[in-house]
Amino acid sequence: MNTPKSKRPEVNYATRVDKVTFKSKLTRNLKAILTVIIAFIVLIPVFWMAATSLKSRADAVAAPPKVIFEPSMEGFIGLLTQRRQVTAAQGLEEIKQDPNLKWYDRVMLNRGQQIVGKSEYVGYLKNSAITAGISTILSVLFGLFSAYAFSRFKVAGKGDLLFFILSTRMLPPIVVTIPIFLLYRQLGLYDTTFGLIILYTVFNLSFSVWLMQGFIDEIPREYEEAALVDGYSRLQAFFKIVLPQTITGLAATTVFCLIFAWNEYAFAVMLTAQKARTAPPSIPSVLGTGGIEWAQIAAGAMGFLIPVAIVTFALRNYLLRGVTFGAVRR
Amino acid sequence: MANILSSGKIGKKHLSERGLVNLFIWPTLILLILVNIFPLFYSIFLSFNNYSVIGNKLPIWVGFQNFKDLLTNEQVWNYFAITGRYALLSVVLQTVLGFGLAMLIREKFKGSGIITTLILIPMMLSPVVVGLFWKLMFNPGYGIFNYLISWLGIPLTTDWLAKGDLALWAIVLVDVWMWTPFVMLLVLSGLSAIPEYLYEAAAIDRASSWFQFWHITLPQVAPLVLIAVLFRSIEAFKSFDLAMGLTGGGPGAATRLISIDIYTRAFLGQFKTGQASALAVIVLVVIIAISNLYITALNKAKES
Repeated sequence: MNTPKSKRPEVNYATRVDKVTFKSKLTRNLKAILTVIIAFIVLIPVFWMAATSLKSRADAVAAPPKVIFEPSMEGFIGLLTQRRQVTAAQGLEEIKQDPNLKWYDRVMLNRGQQIVGKSEYVGYLKNSAITAGISTILSVLFGLFSAYAFSRFKVAGKGDLLFFILSTRMLPPIVVTIPIFLLYRQLGLYDTTFGLIILYTVFNLSFSVWLMQGFIDEIPREYEEAALVDGYSRLQAFFKIVLPQTITGLAATTVFCLIFAWNEYAFAVMLTAQKARTAPPSIPSVLGTGGIEWAQIAAGAMGFLIPVAIVTFALRNYLLRGVTFGAVRR
Repeated sequence: MANILSSGKIGKKHLSERGLVNLFIWPTLILLILVNIFPLFYSIFLSFNNYSVIGNKLPIWVGFQNFKDLLTNEQVWNYFAITGRYALLSVVLQTVLGFGLAMLIREKFKGSGIITTLILIPMMLSPVVVGLFWKLMFNPGYGIFNYLISWLGIPLTTDWLAKGDLALWAIVLVDVWMWTPFVMLLVLSGLSAIPEYLYEAAAIDRASSWFQFWHITLPQVAPLVLIAVLFRSIEAFKSFDLAMGLTGGGPGAATRLISIDIYTRAFLGQFKTGQASALAVIVLVVIIAISNLYITALNKAKES
């Protein structure tokens, strides 16, 4: 299972002696077509999400659903701004004449709303970015160091320790959240970004250790040994030899941690209220004011879809490792 | 090799090797102990106490009372049953569909790499956002789900999320949508590792495709399927985000998964902290049982 890809000869099933028939060529094409159709069906919700985010408020809830519609940025603008209703009597037309209006002001004015500032969601997005960013850096750093130690040194009870590290990830978030909630309230960490960062760091730490260890295991020890013979210290060898070799693994781990932290909901909904709230728990709750704004919700969802789609493509060769904690490599 | 690595002579003037290992490992272990293990024991302690965060009373030791109350409560068993049914249905469907999909995609064709990657997108999405979005798609008025099905000639006006049984199926459906790619990915990796000579030998012996499937493909991929199944089972018992986004546990309590029940007990209404902790401990025991199976299977798979 762990043989590197290059060692396996590429086999083209179609050229196998027993398979070169017209029939097999036909089934192959049929399979390809079927696959494309399935992929299309699987992606319908994704397309629909993207489409809804570009709909006007009315189009988003049109029955039957509108497949063809006039694109509008209402959803995105609505998500990120605070507005007030302006009626004709209050001088809607006069406001429209203002030459300093930006394009997004005009979009909303046509709906009878004047933008008065940023929405709370902007703050939540910022919290999400800070929490995900800092916690990722921390878990990758801690993970890198421990993974190196586990990979290269004899550590007493190594197997048990690694199992212990993995087992913390198996804990349902809800089991640890109750005591952490009590603890955080005592320490004043409830609803703080700092508290959430600690939690996310540890949440991703087990993952980071396991994944990084897999990557470091693959770097031949001989490089370091040569460096040690040349008079490098262990630390120097680590920073100058191992670290550059592990850049790909480090990048993959970082991106996985980022996505997990960016998507996280359970901890955030239980341990934050307002100040430190991140984007995932606020999408369902905040946007409900004045009827469900589906275009806005879809716009918010795009903030999760777009990064994930990019990451899926960027990491496609590492996805298997990522989702199995490095247990399955290829 | 081991001589150089463990001699430590070179590092004398720097950090000793032991010191380095400790320096590298302990921060991680300390963090995990502080943020996972300590709360775990605190949770176990609370589970034996009558305690509420909003009451101004200290925890009162009540022994096994919380556990007794929970395990004699029919509703709690019902929530476990709902969680179990959800886990079983979604894991079975994911495994079957994921396997089928992998068999289909196995043979490479032009652009198959891109197609495979596209199919993998759902599993990377945020479950709560996915749940919320499917809520829109399931809407009987302006949702696209019934609309698309009516294209196939089956006019549907069902409100999927308003009826108990259907709502659970709706969650299963979305879970299957998200996680079938995961099973597919694992099975694909298993398939690509099967040595080609096995098939060649079978072909020379004029073995039927069925024979090849049952005696070569299936046994070779089995360890990875096992990993996928156990991984998904654990996740299904922990499941919280998706159902929260899609149904919030409703209608009534029809899709109240056990995690949602703990959340409700601990953070809403009466804030029954002690009782919620006891339930969390019970869930933990269930998950540990499944995890043990997982680790065993993983080790077996790694050996082969």
